[in-house]
Amino acid sequence: MLYDIGTVFWRDWIVLRRRLGTFIFSRMIAPVLYLVAFGWGVGRSVQVSQGSYLDFIVPGILALNSMNISFNSVGGPLHTGRMYHKTLEEYLVAPISPLAFVLGKVLSGTMRGLISSVIIIILAYLFGANFHLNGLLALVLTLNCLIFAALGFVVAMLIDSHEDMGNFSTYVLLPMSFLCATFFSTDKLPSLVRWLLELLPLTHASDALRATSAGGEPTGLSWFVLTIYVAALLGISVWAMEKVRE
Amino acid sequence: MLTRRTSGTIKINGWQAPADEHKIKAILGIVPQHFNLDPDLSVWENLDLHGRLQHMLPNVRHERTAELLEYVELSERGADRVQNLSGGMKRRLMIARALLHRPQILFLDEPTVGLDPQVRRRLWDLIRRLNSENITVLLTTHYIEEAENLCGRVAILDKGKLIALDSPAELCQRVGSYVTEWAADDGRETRFFPSREQAAEFAGELTMTTTIRRSNLEDVFVELTGRKGIG
Repeated sequence: MLYDIGTVFWRDWIVLRRRLGTFIFSRMIAPVLYLVAFGWGVGRSVQVSQGSYLDFIVPGILALNSMNISFNSVGGPLHTGRMYHKTLEEYLVAPISPLAFVLGKVLSGTMRGLISSVIIIILAYLFGANFHLNGLLALVLTLNCLIFAALGFVVAMLIDSHEDMGNFSTYVLLPMSFLCATFFSTDKLPSLVRWLLELLPLTHASDALRATSAGGEPTGLSWFVLTIYVAALLGISVWAMEKVRE
Repeated sequence: MLTRRTSGTIKINGWQAPADEHKIKAILGIVPQHFNLDPDLSVWENLDLHGRLQHMLPNVRHERTAELLEYVELSERGADRVQNLSGGMKRRLMIARALLHRPQILFLDEPTVGLDPQVRRRLWDLIRRLNSENITVLLTTHYIEEAENLCGRVAILDKGKLIALDSPAELCQRVGSYVTEWAADDGRETRFFPSREQAAEFAGELTMTTTIRRSNLEDVFVELTGRKGIG
């Protein structure tokens, strides 16, 4: 089982290693834009309760960026692998369990999400942001990456058309990346909207990252919601892997 | 496997799918009709991935990869990306991949579709060589001459039903080893006979030009599936 997870991961790793420079460079573009536009540009005239606006949005940028990278690095290639290159077949006819394949793919998406998070942290320091780096922050980031890598897996298995893959990002990921406590605090939103946002994993990832980067601890509710999402989406991934044979 | 069964059971080596799926997968080599090599990996890496998925030890895997690349005449292309290979090369690489873990049964789905005659003949030689090395080869094909050339036993499927299963010679004998063929108003007509004498005797009764020849698998196929003249 571990060996099979390693095999699936190894394949993604050698593909990434070949383009590591390009990968890292392209991952810098979006965070730099966010940091310039919101940190420098908008941030100068915005007051938040804790420190500068730049300090406030760095955890948000980390949350939304690790979400996008983890989702896209599993969802995109797996979808083309299943629908166009048919490379998924090689794994389906191999004597490995569906869970091993799911974990290998999700872990490789998580790795990409974490690499891009490290890039953002370095950039944020260069931009002069203040925040605490600690084990809890790394743990929250990892959970967030696991959630969206697994979501990418599920979506790639269940959606057949390339266009609908794009639509999923537009309807689900894009709204989350703006609404889930990434660029502003949800405190002042109407309670119904706030309640809805509390159901989404990215809200808790942003809150938890903000808490740890300020030197505090995430709430128990955030840990609970993030863990539930990881478990549920991994379970659905295995189910989707079985369903894809039909 | 790739798809879930609708009914029936599969038994190989006393193992039954899907309960013993992992054991069965380890002795099967599969070459699908479409190309399904990983375009992001090199030739060597494609084989290495397969070896890892089949739980082969690193030294065994590397040795076998080198050996098979030699076998399918792709040794020089190991470092090349798969997308730079021609169709025939891809097909040979897929066969090498399927053979890597020394399967006892090799499935080839339409192995020579879209290949030019020279490449096709080379593949036929390869398939014969595999069979002489005690690998059971199961292939599907629309080219009847391919089945006739390669297969010890031929199964004919008609609308999803098995209608015949025997050696090509036996199948030919079943419909008649000799054919008298003549041109009629609505196309060519054929009639089967057990012996050359009977075929000749019948030909003598006809007024038009006739041909007498041995029957082949294509005759059998057309006779059994009964779809003469249907495009």
